[in-house]
Amino acid sequence: MTYNMIKEKFTYLEEVRPEKGDGWFVVPSDKIVEVCKKLRDEFGFDCLSSLTGVDRGDHIEVVYHLHAYQKNESVVLKVSTASVVTTVSTVWASANWMEREVFDLFGVKFEGHPDLRRIMLPEDWVGHPLKKDYKEEAEYQGMTTTR
Amino acid sequence: MGNIRTEEITLSMGPQHPATHGVLRLIVKTDGEVLHEAKSDMGYLHRGMEKVSEKVGYTGFQPYTDRIDYVCAMTCNQAYSTAVEKLAGIEVPERAEYLRVIASELNRISSHLIMIGVYSMDIGAFTPFIHGLRERETVNDLLEMLCGARLTYNYARIGGVSSDMPPNFKDKCIEFLDHFEPIVDELNRLISFNKIYIERLANIGVVSREDAVSYNLVGPNLRASGVNFDARKNLPYSVYPKLDFNVPVGKGKMGTPGDCFDRYWMRICEMLESCKIVRQALKQIPDGEIMAKVSRKIRPPAGEVYTRCESSRGDIGFYIVSDGSDKPYRLKIRTGSFSAMSIIEKMAPGMMIADLVSFFSSLDIVAPEVDR
Repeated sequence: MTYNMIKEKFTYLEEVRPEKGDGWFVVPSDKIVEVCKKLRDEFGFDCLSSLTGVDRGDHIEVVYHLHAYQKNESVVLKVSTASVVTTVSTVWASANWMEREVFDLFGVKFEGHPDLRRIMLPEDWVGHPLKKDYKEEAEYQGMTTTR
Repeated sequence: MGNIRTEEITLSMGPQHPATHGVLRLIVKTDGEVLHEAKSDMGYLHRGMEKVSEKVGYTGFQPYTDRIDYVCAMTCNQAYSTAVEKLAGIEVPERAEYLRVIASELNRISSHLIMIGVYSMDIGAFTPFIHGLRERETVNDLLEMLCGARLTYNYARIGGVSSDMPPNFKDKCIEFLDHFEPIVDELNRLISFNKIYIERLANIGVVSREDAVSYNLVGPNLRASGVNFDARKNLPYSVYPKLDFNVPVGKGKMGTPGDCFDRYWMRICEMLESCKIVRQALKQIPDGEIMAKVSRKIRPPAGEVYTRCESSRGDIGFYIVSDGSDKPYRLKIRTGSFSAMSIIEKMAPGMMIADLVSFFSSLDIVAPEVDR
Protein backbone atom coordinates (compact mmCIF):
# COMPACT_ATOMS: atom_id res chain seq x y z
CA MET A 1 0.00 0.00 0.00
CA THR A 2 2.56 2.54 1.18
CA TYR A 3 4.97 1.02 -1.30
CA ASN A 4 2.79 1.97 -4.25
CA MET A 5 2.18 5.42 -2.83
CA ILE A 6 5.92 5.97 -2.57
CA LYS A 7 6.35 4.85 -6.19
CA GLU A 8 3.70 7.30 -7.36
CA LYS A 9 5.07 10.16 -5.34
CA PHE A 10 8.72 9.77 -6.28
CA THR A 11 8.81 8.94 -9.96
CA TYR A 12 12.61 9.05 -10.07
CA LEU A 13 13.02 6.13 -7.65
CA GLU A 14 14.07 2.88 -9.22
CA GLU A 15 12.45 -0.11 -7.59
CA VAL A 16 14.38 -3.37 -7.23
CA ARG A 17 12.45 -6.49 -6.21
CA PRO A 18 14.61 -9.58 -6.22
CA GLU A 19 12.95 -13.01 -6.14
CA LYS A 20 14.48 -13.78 -2.77
CA GLY A 21 15.01 -11.46 0.18
CA ASP A 22 14.19 -7.80 0.72
CA GLY A 23 13.52 -5.27 -2.04
CA TRP A 24 14.69 -1.68 -2.12
CA PHE A 25 14.51 1.68 -3.87
CA VAL A 26 17.54 3.18 -5.55
CA VAL A 27 17.67 6.90 -4.84
CA PRO A 28 19.74 9.34 -6.95
CA SER A 29 22.43 10.63 -4.60
CA ASP A 30 21.41 14.29 -4.95
CA LYS A 31 17.83 13.48 -3.92
CA ILE A 32 18.42 11.50 -0.73
CA VAL A 33 17.68 14.28 1.78
CA GLU A 34 14.54 15.35 -0.07
CA VAL A 35 13.27 11.77 -0.22
CA CYS A 36 14.05 11.09 3.45
CA LYS A 37 12.39 14.30 4.64
CA LYS A 38 9.22 13.54 2.70
CA LEU A 39 9.16 9.93 3.82
CA ARG A 40 9.42 11.09 7.41
CA ASP A 41 6.89 13.92 7.24
CA GLU A 42 4.35 12.58 4.76
CA PHE A 43 4.64 8.82 5.11
CA GLY A 44 5.40 8.56 8.82
CA PHE A 45 8.83 6.91 8.60
CA ASP A 46 9.90 8.39 11.90
CA CYS A 47 12.74 5.95 12.60
CA LEU A 48 15.98 5.30 10.78
CA SER A 49 16.57 1.79 12.04
CA SER A 50 19.89 1.21 10.33
CA LEU A 51 22.27 3.05 8.05
CA THR A 52 25.24 1.19 6.67
CA GLY A 53 27.43 0.65 3.67
CA VAL A 54 28.28 -2.15 1.28
CA ASP A 55 31.46 -2.11 -0.78
CA ARG A 56 30.61 -3.10 -4.36
CA GLY A 57 34.11 -2.75 -5.73
CA ASP A 58 33.80 0.28 -8.00
CA HIS A 59 31.30 2.06 -5.78
CA ILE A 60 29.89 2.02 -2.26
CA GLU A 61 26.24 1.50 -1.57
CA VAL A 62 24.83 3.36 1.40
CA VAL A 63 21.80 1.45 2.69
CA TYR A 64 19.02 3.04 4.74
CA HIS A 65 16.49 0.93 6.65
CA LEU A 66 13.50 3.07 7.57
CA HIS A 67 10.69 2.12 9.89
CA ALA A 68 7.31 3.71 10.61
CA TYR A 69 6.14 2.90 14.12
CA GLN A 70 2.52 3.99 13.63
CA LYS A 71 1.94 1.87 10.53
CA ASN A 72 4.55 -0.76 11.42
CA GLU A 73 6.00 -0.65 7.91
CA SER A 74 9.54 -0.65 6.63
CA VAL A 75 11.26 0.56 3.50
CA VAL A 76 14.81 0.21 2.26
CA LEU A 77 16.64 2.93 0.34
CA LYS A 78 19.99 2.69 -1.39
CA VAL A 79 22.36 5.32 -2.71
CA SER A 80 25.34 4.47 -4.88
CA THR A 81 28.33 6.68 -4.37
CA ALA A 82 31.97 6.99 -5.22
CA SER A 83 32.74 8.72 -1.93
CA VAL A 84 30.37 11.56 -1.00
CA VAL A 85 26.71 11.57 0.13
CA THR A 86 24.69 14.34 1.76
CA THR A 87 24.03 13.70 5.44
CA VAL A 88 20.57 12.75 6.69
CA SER A 89 21.46 13.59 10.28
CA THR A 90 19.23 16.64 9.83
CA VAL A 91 16.28 14.28 9.32
CA TRP A 92 16.93 11.64 12.00
CA ALA A 93 19.23 12.24 14.97
CA SER A 94 20.30 8.60 14.94
CA ALA A 95 21.96 9.09 11.54
CA ASN A 96 24.71 11.15 13.17
CA TRP A 97 26.57 8.24 14.72
CA MET A 98 25.67 5.69 12.06
CA GLU A 99 27.13 7.96 9.39
CA ARG A 100 30.25 8.36 11.49
CA GLU A 101 30.54 4.59 11.54
CA VAL A 102 30.18 4.35 7.77
CA PHE A 103 32.77 7.12 7.39
CA ASP A 104 35.12 5.29 9.75
CA LEU A 105 34.82 1.84 8.23
CA PHE A 106 34.13 2.66 4.56
CA GLY A 107 35.57 6.13 4.09
CA VAL A 108 32.33 7.61 2.76
CA LYS A 109 32.18 11.36 3.39
CA PHE A 110 28.84 12.76 4.50
CA GLU A 111 28.41 16.32 3.32
CA GLY A 112 27.01 18.67 5.95
CA HIS A 113 27.62 16.26 8.83
CA PRO A 114 28.13 18.22 12.08
CA ASP A 115 30.88 16.03 13.54
CA LEU A 116 32.41 13.67 11.01
CA ARG A 117 35.15 11.86 12.95
CA ARG A 118 36.16 8.24 13.33
CA ILE A 119 34.01 6.50 15.91
CA MET A 120 35.26 2.92 16.33
CA LEU A 121 38.92 3.21 15.38
CA PRO A 122 41.58 5.57 16.73
CA GLU A 123 42.02 8.92 14.97
CA ASP A 124 45.41 7.91 13.56
CA TRP A 125 44.27 4.62 12.03
CA VAL A 126 45.17 4.17 8.38
CA GLY A 127 42.52 2.99 5.94
CA HIS A 128 38.91 1.86 6.16
CA PRO A 129 38.72 -1.81 7.21
CA LEU A 130 35.35 -2.80 5.76
CA LYS A 131 36.42 -1.97 2.23
CA LYS A 132 37.13 -5.08 0.23
CA ASP A 133 40.57 -3.86 -0.87
CA TYR A 134 41.66 -3.00 2.68
CA LYS A 135 45.15 -4.15 3.52
CA GLU A 136 45.93 -4.47 7.19
CA GLU A 137 49.04 -2.61 8.30
CA ALA A 138 51.69 -4.90 9.80
CA GLU A 139 51.78 -2.83 12.96
CA TYR A 140 49.97 -0.06 14.77
CA GLN A 141 52.09 2.26 16.96
CA GLY A 142 54.81 -0.33 17.29
CA MET A 143 52.41 -3.17 18.16
CA THR A 144 52.11 -6.04 15.74
CA THR A 145 48.66 -6.66 14.31
CA THR A 146 49.27 -10.35 13.71
CA ARG A 147 50.34 -13.15 16.00
CA MET B 1 28.92 35.08 48.45
CA GLY B 2 27.71 36.55 45.19
CA ASN B 3 31.06 36.85 43.48
CA ILE B 4 32.50 33.35 43.76
CA ARG B 5 34.24 32.62 40.51
CA THR B 6 33.40 29.27 39.01
CA GLU B 7 35.22 27.56 36.21
CA GLU B 8 34.39 24.85 33.74
CA ILE B 9 36.54 21.77 34.08
CA THR B 10 36.94 18.83 31.76
CA LEU B 11 36.86 15.40 33.32
CA SER B 12 37.31 11.96 31.89
CA MET B 13 34.86 9.32 33.10
CA GLY B 14 36.36 6.02 32.12
CA PRO B 15 37.63 4.04 30.24
CA GLN B 16 37.75 2.27 33.61
CA HIS B 17 34.98 3.78 35.64
CA PRO B 18 32.62 1.85 37.90
CA ALA B 19 29.57 3.46 36.34
CA THR B 20 30.44 2.87 32.71
CA HIS B 21 29.78 -0.88 32.73
CA GLY B 22 32.71 -1.86 30.63
CA VAL B 23 35.33 -0.03 28.72
CA LEU B 24 33.69 3.20 27.67
CA ARG B 25 34.73 6.77 28.18
CA LEU B 26 32.71 9.91 28.67
CA ILE B 27 34.47 13.24 28.40
CA VAL B 28 32.43 15.57 30.54
CA LYS B 29 32.64 19.31 30.94
CA THR B 30 31.22 20.42 34.25
CA ASP B 31 30.78 23.50 36.32
CA GLY B 32 30.71 22.11 39.82
CA GLU B 33 28.13 19.37 39.80
CA VAL B 34 26.30 20.55 36.70
CA LEU B 35 27.22 19.15 33.32
CA HIS B 36 27.70 21.34 30.29
CA GLU B 37 28.56 18.59 27.90
CA ALA B 38 29.22 14.87 27.81
CA LYS B 39 30.89 13.39 24.77
CA SER B 40 31.33 9.68 24.39
CA ASP B 41 34.54 8.09 23.28
CA MET B 42 34.25 4.46 22.38
CA GLY B 43 35.78 1.74 20.28
CA TYR B 44 37.87 0.26 23.08
CA LEU B 45 36.15 -3.07 22.46
CA HIS B 46 35.93 -2.85 18.69
CA ARG B 47 36.86 -6.29 17.43
CA GLY B 48 35.84 -5.81 13.85
CA MET B 49 33.20 -8.52 14.02
CA GLU B 50 31.61 -7.48 10.76
CA LYS B 51 34.93 -7.94 8.97
CA VAL B 52 35.50 -11.23 10.78
CA SER B 53 32.19 -12.55 9.45
CA GLU B 54 33.39 -12.01 5.88
CA LYS B 55 36.34 -14.28 6.61
CA VAL B 56 34.89 -17.10 8.73
CA GLY B 57 31.63 -17.74 6.91
CA TYR B 58 28.06 -18.31 8.12
CA THR B 59 28.62 -21.32 10.38
CA GLY B 60 31.92 -20.03 11.71
CA PHE B 61 30.40 -16.74 12.77
CA GLN B 62 27.87 -18.34 15.11
CA PRO B 63 30.09 -18.35 18.25
CA TYR B 64 31.04 -14.73 17.63
CA THR B 65 27.41 -13.72 18.12
CA ASP B 66 27.78 -14.71 21.79
CA ARG B 67 30.36 -11.97 22.14
CA ILE B 68 28.19 -9.19 20.76
CA ASP B 69 26.24 -8.91 23.98
CA TYR B 70 27.61 -11.33 26.52
CA VAL B 71 24.92 -10.49 29.08
CA CYS B 72 22.19 -11.76 26.79
CA ALA B 73 23.98 -14.05 24.35
CA MET B 74 20.99 -16.33 23.71
CA THR B 75 18.98 -13.64 21.96
CA CYS B 76 21.99 -12.73 19.80
CA ASN B 77 22.41 -16.40 18.83
CA GLN B 78 18.74 -16.55 17.99
CA ALA B 79 18.71 -13.29 16.06
CA TYR B 80 21.68 -14.31 13.93
CA SER B 81 20.34 -17.78 13.18
CA THR B 82 16.93 -16.34 12.34
CA ALA B 83 18.53 -13.92 9.88
CA VAL B 84 20.56 -16.59 8.09
CA GLU B 85 17.61 -19.00 8.01
CA LYS B 86 15.45 -16.32 6.44
CA LEU B 87 18.11 -15.62 3.83
CA ALA B 88 18.73 -19.29 3.05
CA GLY B 89 15.09 -20.37 3.35
CA ILE B 90 15.71 -22.96 6.07
CA GLU B 91 12.70 -24.35 7.93
CA VAL B 92 13.45 -24.80 11.62
CA PRO B 93 11.75 -27.68 13.49
CA GLU B 94 9.13 -26.41 15.90
CA ARG B 95 10.73 -28.02 18.93
CA ALA B 96 13.93 -26.12 18.24
CA GLU B 97 12.02 -22.85 18.01
CA TYR B 98 10.42 -23.50 21.38
CA LEU B 99 13.77 -24.36 22.92
CA ARG B 100 15.18 -21.12 21.55
CA VAL B 101 12.33 -19.14 23.02
CA ILE B 102 12.72 -20.80 26.42
CA ALA B 103 16.46 -20.17 26.42
CA SER B 104 16.10 -16.58 25.21
CA GLU B 105 13.46 -15.67 27.75
CA LEU B 106 15.45 -17.22 30.61
CA ASN B 107 18.42 -15.22 29.42
CA ARG B 108 16.29 -12.09 29.27
CA ILE B 109 15.41 -12.61 32.95
CA SER B 110 19.06 -12.98 33.92
CA SER B 111 20.04 -9.98 31.81
CA HIS B 112 17.39 -7.78 33.42
CA LEU B 113 18.49 -9.03 36.85
CA ILE B 114 21.98 -7.77 36.07
CA MET B 115 20.58 -4.45 34.93
CA ILE B 116 18.54 -4.02 38.08
CA GLY B 117 21.42 -5.09 40.33
CA VAL B 118 24.01 -2.93 38.62
CA TYR B 119 21.66 0.02 38.51
CA SER B 120 21.16 -0.19 42.28
CA MET B 121 24.90 -0.46 42.77
CA ASP B 122 25.55 2.64 40.66
CA ILE B 123 23.09 4.53 42.80
CA GLY B 124 24.82 3.38 45.94
CA ALA B 125 22.96 0.28 47.12
CA PHE B 126 25.15 -2.80 47.02
CA THR B 127 22.80 -5.45 48.44
CA PRO B 128 20.34 -5.66 45.51
CA PHE B 129 23.21 -6.54 43.21
CA ILE B 130 23.90 -9.67 45.24
CA HIS B 131 20.19 -10.52 45.23
CA GLY B 132 20.16 -10.20 41.46
CA LEU B 133 23.25 -12.32 40.99
CA ARG B 134 21.91 -14.99 43.33
CA GLU B 135 18.84 -15.52 41.15
CA ARG B 136 20.94 -15.29 38.00
CA GLU B 137 23.02 -18.22 39.21
CA THR B 138 19.97 -20.47 38.97
CA VAL B 139 19.24 -19.24 35.46
CA ASN B 140 22.84 -19.95 34.53
CA ASP B 141 22.45 -23.47 35.96
CA LEU B 142 19.40 -23.98 33.76
CA LEU B 143 21.15 -22.69 30.65
CA GLU B 144 24.15 -24.85 31.50
CA MET B 145 21.81 -27.86 31.52
CA LEU B 146 20.76 -26.93 27.99
CA CYS B 147 24.11 -26.29 26.39
CA GLY B 148 26.95 -26.76 28.85
CA ALA B 149 27.94 -23.10 29.01
CA ARG B 150 27.08 -20.38 31.49
CA LEU B 151 27.88 -17.22 29.56
CA THR B 152 28.70 -17.74 25.91
CA TYR B 153 26.19 -20.36 24.93
CA ASN B 154 26.40 -20.86 21.17
CA TYR B 155 23.08 -22.67 21.63
CA ALA B 156 20.92 -21.59 18.72
CA ARG B 157 22.53 -22.82 15.52
CA ILE B 158 21.57 -22.21 11.94
CA GLY B 159 18.73 -24.68 11.44
CA GLY B 160 17.97 -25.44 15.07
CA VAL B 161 19.68 -25.75 18.45
CA SER B 162 22.83 -27.58 19.55
CA SER B 163 21.19 -30.04 21.95
CA ASP B 164 17.82 -31.10 23.30
CA MET B 165 16.78 -30.33 26.85
CA PRO B 166 17.69 -33.02 29.40
CA PRO B 167 14.79 -34.97 31.00
CA ASN B 168 14.80 -33.11 34.32
CA PHE B 169 15.03 -29.65 32.74
CA LYS B 170 11.30 -29.01 32.69
CA ASP B 171 10.88 -29.66 36.42
CA LYS B 172 13.95 -27.63 37.35
CA CYS B 173 12.75 -24.78 35.20
CA ILE B 174 9.27 -24.71 36.72
CA GLU B 175 10.82 -24.97 40.17
CA PHE B 176 12.86 -21.86 39.38
CA LEU B 177 9.85 -19.93 38.05
CA ASP B 178 7.79 -20.81 41.13
CA HIS B 179 10.62 -19.56 43.27
CA PHE B 180 11.42 -16.50 41.16
CA GLU B 181 8.04 -14.85 40.66
CA PRO B 182 7.65 -14.03 44.38
CA ILE B 183 11.27 -12.79 44.36
CA VAL B 184 10.27 -10.00 41.98
CA ASP B 185 7.87 -8.89 44.66
CA GLU B 186 10.71 -8.97 47.15
CA LEU B 187 12.88 -6.88 44.81
CA ASN B 188 10.05 -4.39 44.55
CA ARG B 189 9.82 -4.08 48.31
CA LEU B 190 13.58 -3.88 48.65
CA ILE B 191 14.36 -1.33 45.94
CA SER B 192 11.63 -0.37 43.46
CA PHE B 193 9.42 1.34 46.03
CA ASN B 194 12.23 2.51 48.26
CA LYS B 195 11.94 6.27 48.77
CA ILE B 196 15.61 6.99 48.09
CA TYR B 197 15.50 4.86 44.95
CA ILE B 198 12.43 6.66 43.62
CA GLU B 199 14.00 10.05 44.36
CA ARG B 200 17.06 9.10 42.35
CA LEU B 201 15.10 7.75 39.37
CA ALA B 202 11.76 9.48 38.99
CA ASN B 203 11.69 12.55 36.75
CA ILE B 204 15.40 12.12 35.93
CA GLY B 205 16.54 11.90 32.31
CA VAL B 206 13.13 12.21 30.72
CA VAL B 207 13.34 11.09 27.10
CA SER B 208 10.40 12.30 25.04
CA ARG B 209 8.67 10.03 22.56
CA GLU B 210 10.01 12.08 19.64
CA ASP B 211 13.61 11.91 20.85
CA ALA B 212 13.36 8.21 21.59
CA VAL B 213 12.21 7.50 18.04
CA SER B 214 14.56 9.97 16.38
CA TYR B 215 17.59 8.64 18.26
CA ASN B 216 16.48 5.13 17.39
CA LEU B 217 16.16 3.88 20.95
CA VAL B 218 14.84 0.33 20.99
CA GLY B 219 13.36 -2.21 23.32
CA PRO B 220 12.59 -1.28 26.93
CA ASN B 221 14.16 2.17 26.48
CA LEU B 222 11.81 2.96 23.62
CA ARG B 223 8.76 1.48 25.33
CA ALA B 224 9.48 3.49 28.49
CA SER B 225 8.98 6.60 26.36
CA GLY B 226 5.52 5.44 25.39
CA VAL B 227 6.03 3.67 22.06
CA ASN B 228 4.25 0.35 22.05
CA PHE B 229 6.64 -1.63 19.89
CA ASP B 230 8.11 -5.02 20.55
CA ALA B 231 9.70 -7.01 17.73
CA ARG B 232 8.23 -10.20 19.22
CA LYS B 233 4.72 -8.78 18.71
CA ASN B 234 5.06 -6.31 15.84
CA LEU B 235 7.54 -8.14 13.62
CA PRO B 236 6.64 -11.69 14.68
CA TYR B 237 9.28 -14.40 14.41
CA SER B 238 9.84 -17.84 15.86
CA VAL B 239 6.83 -19.15 17.85
CA TYR B 240 6.06 -15.87 19.63
CA PRO B 241 2.67 -15.48 17.88
CA LYS B 242 1.55 -18.66 19.65
CA LEU B 243 2.43 -17.31 23.07
CA ASP B 244 0.37 -14.93 25.12
CA PHE B 245 2.20 -12.08 26.81
CA ASN B 246 1.86 -8.35 27.40
CA VAL B 247 4.19 -5.61 26.30
CA PRO B 248 4.69 -3.13 29.14
CA VAL B 249 4.74 0.53 28.07
CA GLY B 250 5.96 3.48 30.15
CA LYS B 251 3.20 5.56 31.68
CA GLY B 252 5.14 7.54 34.27
CA LYS B 253 4.78 5.08 37.12
CA MET B 254 6.51 7.34 39.65
CA GLY B 255 6.99 10.54 37.67
CA THR B 256 7.04 11.41 34.00
CA PRO B 257 6.74 8.91 31.14
CA GLY B 258 10.21 8.22 29.74
CA ASP B 259 12.12 8.93 32.95
CA CYS B 260 14.71 6.65 34.51
CA PHE B 261 12.14 5.00 36.72
CA ASP B 262 10.02 3.99 33.74
CA ARG B 263 13.03 2.46 32.02
CA TYR B 264 13.80 0.56 35.20
CA TRP B 265 10.18 -0.47 35.66
CA MET B 266 9.99 -1.89 32.13
CA ARG B 267 12.64 -4.43 33.11
CA ILE B 268 10.77 -5.49 36.24
CA CYS B 269 7.56 -5.99 34.24
CA GLU B 270 9.35 -7.78 31.40
CA MET B 271 10.87 -10.33 33.77
CA LEU B 272 7.39 -11.38 34.82
CA GLU B 273 6.23 -11.52 31.20
CA SER B 274 9.22 -13.71 30.38
CA CYS B 275 8.24 -16.08 33.20
CA LYS B 276 4.80 -16.29 31.61
CA ILE B 277 6.30 -17.06 28.21
CA VAL B 278 8.60 -19.78 29.56
CA ARG B 279 5.71 -21.47 31.39
CA GLN B 280 3.57 -21.53 28.22
CA ALA B 281 6.45 -22.68 26.05
CA LEU B 282 7.23 -25.55 28.43
CA LYS B 283 3.59 -26.60 28.23
CA GLN B 284 3.26 -26.31 24.45
CA ILE B 285 6.64 -27.69 23.34
CA PRO B 286 6.08 -30.54 20.87
CA ASP B 287 8.24 -33.64 20.43
CA GLY B 288 10.40 -33.93 17.35
CA GLU B 289 13.65 -32.95 15.76
CA ILE B 290 15.82 -30.16 17.10
CA MET B 291 17.84 -29.57 13.95
CA ALA B 292 16.84 -29.09 10.34
CA LYS B 293 18.82 -30.85 7.64
CA VAL B 294 21.39 -28.27 6.63
CA SER B 295 24.55 -28.83 4.70
CA ARG B 296 27.92 -28.33 6.34
CA LYS B 297 28.55 -25.23 4.32
CA ILE B 298 25.60 -22.91 4.09
CA ARG B 299 25.29 -21.08 0.79
CA PRO B 300 22.28 -18.75 0.84
CA PRO B 301 21.11 -17.55 -2.58
CA ALA B 302 22.29 -14.10 -3.62
CA GLY B 303 20.17 -11.43 -1.98
CA GLU B 304 19.84 -9.57 1.25
CA VAL B 305 17.70 -9.50 4.38
CA TYR B 306 17.36 -7.25 7.38
CA THR B 307 15.84 -8.94 10.41
CA ARG B 308 15.06 -7.48 13.78
CA CYS B 309 14.69 -9.69 16.85
CA GLU B 310 13.95 -8.59 20.39
CA SER B 311 16.98 -8.84 22.64
CA SER B 312 16.94 -7.66 26.23
CA ARG B 313 18.51 -4.40 25.08
CA GLY B 314 15.94 -3.88 22.37
CA ASP B 315 15.75 -5.18 18.89
CA ILE B 316 19.00 -6.41 17.46
CA GLY B 317 19.19 -6.15 13.69
CA PHE B 318 21.19 -8.30 11.33
CA TYR B 319 21.60 -7.00 7.79
CA ILE B 320 23.15 -9.72 5.68
CA VAL B 321 24.08 -9.46 2.02
CA SER B 322 24.81 -12.74 0.29
CA ASP B 323 26.57 -13.25 -3.02
CA GLY B 324 25.75 -16.94 -3.12
CA SER B 325 28.97 -18.11 -1.51
CA ASP B 326 29.46 -19.68 1.92
CA LYS B 327 30.61 -16.39 3.43
CA PRO B 328 28.53 -13.26 3.93
CA TYR B 329 29.40 -10.55 1.43
CA ARG B 330 28.47 -8.01 4.08
CA LEU B 331 27.07 -8.45 7.55
CA LYS B 332 25.98 -5.53 9.67
CA ILE B 333 24.95 -5.81 13.30
CA ARG B 334 22.70 -3.03 14.51
CA THR B 335 22.49 -2.97 18.27
CA GLY B 336 20.42 -1.19 20.87
CA SER B 337 23.36 -0.08 23.01
CA PHE B 338 24.92 1.84 20.12
CA SER B 339 21.90 4.06 19.62
CA ALA B 340 21.32 4.35 23.36
CA MET B 341 24.85 5.71 23.76
CA SER B 342 24.22 8.41 21.18
CA ILE B 343 21.38 10.01 23.13
CA ILE B 344 23.67 10.82 26.09
CA GLU B 345 25.21 13.78 24.27
CA LYS B 346 21.76 15.24 23.78
CA MET B 347 20.48 14.60 27.31
CA ALA B 348 23.54 15.45 29.41
CA PRO B 349 23.70 19.27 29.31
CA GLY B 350 22.16 20.65 32.50
CA MET B 351 22.20 17.33 34.35
CA MET B 352 24.00 16.73 37.65
CA ILE B 353 26.94 14.30 37.48
CA ALA B 354 25.13 11.90 39.82
CA ASP B 355 22.07 12.02 37.56
CA LEU B 356 24.20 11.23 34.54
CA VAL B 357 25.27 8.03 36.30
CA SER B 358 21.63 7.22 36.96
CA PHE B 359 20.64 8.05 33.38
CA PHE B 360 23.48 6.04 31.91
CA SER B 361 22.59 3.00 33.97
CA SER B 362 18.92 3.24 33.09
CA LEU B 363 19.80 2.81 29.40
CA ASP B 364 21.38 -0.56 30.23
CA ILE B 365 24.33 -0.23 27.89
CA VAL B 366 26.69 -3.14 27.35
CA ALA B 367 30.04 -1.99 26.00
CA PRO B 368 30.88 -4.82 23.55
CA GLU B 369 27.48 -4.32 21.97
CA VAL B 370 28.31 -0.67 21.30
CA ASP B 371 31.67 -1.40 19.70
CA ARG B 372 31.17 -4.85 18.19
